[in-house]
Amino acid sequence: MFDLTGRTALVTGASGGIGGAIARALHAQGARVALTGTRQDALDALAGELGEGAVALACDLSDRAAAEALPGRAEEALGGLDILVNNAGLTRDGLAMRMKEDDWQTVLEVNLSAGFRLARASLRGMMKRRHGRIIGITSIVGVTGNAGQANYAASKAGMIGMSKSLAQEVASRGITVNCVAPGFIETAMTDALPEAQREKLLQQIPAGRLGAGGDIAAAVVYLSSAEAAYVTGQTLHVNGGMAMI
Amino acid sequence: MSDVAEKVKKIVIEHLGVEADKVTETASFIDDLGADSLDTVELVMAFEEEFGCEIPDEIAEKILTVKDAIDYIEAHQS
Repeated sequence: MFDLTGRTALVTGASGGIGGAIARALHAQGARVALTGTRQDALDALAGELGEGAVALACDLSDRAAAEALPGRAEEALGGLDILVNNAGLTRDGLAMRMKEDDWQTVLEVNLSAGFRLARASLRGMMKRRHGRIIGITSIVGVTGNAGQANYAASKAGMIGMSKSLAQEVASRGITVNCVAPGFIETAMTDALPEAQREKLLQQIPAGRLGAGGDIAAAVVYLSSAEAAYVTGQTLHVNGGMAMI
Repeated sequence: MSDVAEKVKKIVIEHLGVEADKVTETASFIDDLGADSLDTVELVMAFEEEFGCEIPDEIAEKILTVKDAIDYIEAHQS
């Protein structure tokens, strides 16, 4: 089950905790992976660790033309592109009343618009091959909202709406478009939380622990697989029961 | 029939899975041949590939019949 041998994948934001876990998991299932991210050293280290079947591609997703060209570069490097994982994202938190125009724009641009451009550019090849998987890493806050994250929550909710629309457009061509919505995941960011705040957070999670990158990666592997061919336009919430939607 | 017309018709027949005699020059992809909007996008992609030309989006939107496609390609073939 969930064998990805012979498949090819592009993972954005692969130098981060969740993106790295996704790339490792896809690779472990047999896929060849192209990795992009902002931290070149982390990217090179990951490509080195995975060895054969992994390639690091430098790309600044805030550069429109560069984002549009990326799927083509991945196709060239891997000999095709079956799976696109739009994982790259950033936060510029602040209360809406104080939020700078630039903080709004940057978050929407990188988290949502770049993902759209990557999806659009990937679809051509996927349509031709009559097979494709586009997976957006959204967030629980895209559905629930979160004070201080109007921009981030909007970008993540936007990704869900975009995915549902794309899913309807290309379902007849063997291409599925889905989202995975992580809850609180153990990352450098959550590691830095004070103990008391961490405890409070845990009380909201029925599973009693923060999620791991591997929890998200497993959901991505499933949605990438042949077994998930009939699942499209969906958002798979992976949050330890923190929100049951 | 010109070489281009021949190839265009072949692509249309293969892609839309229609009978050859239905693919007349005046046949509309959507109204007569049962294509949906995604099919028309794919047809344009197939034409671009076959003839090695780029069909801009604003032109592609106006290619509605078999003849539209043949005329554009004959005028712009590289």
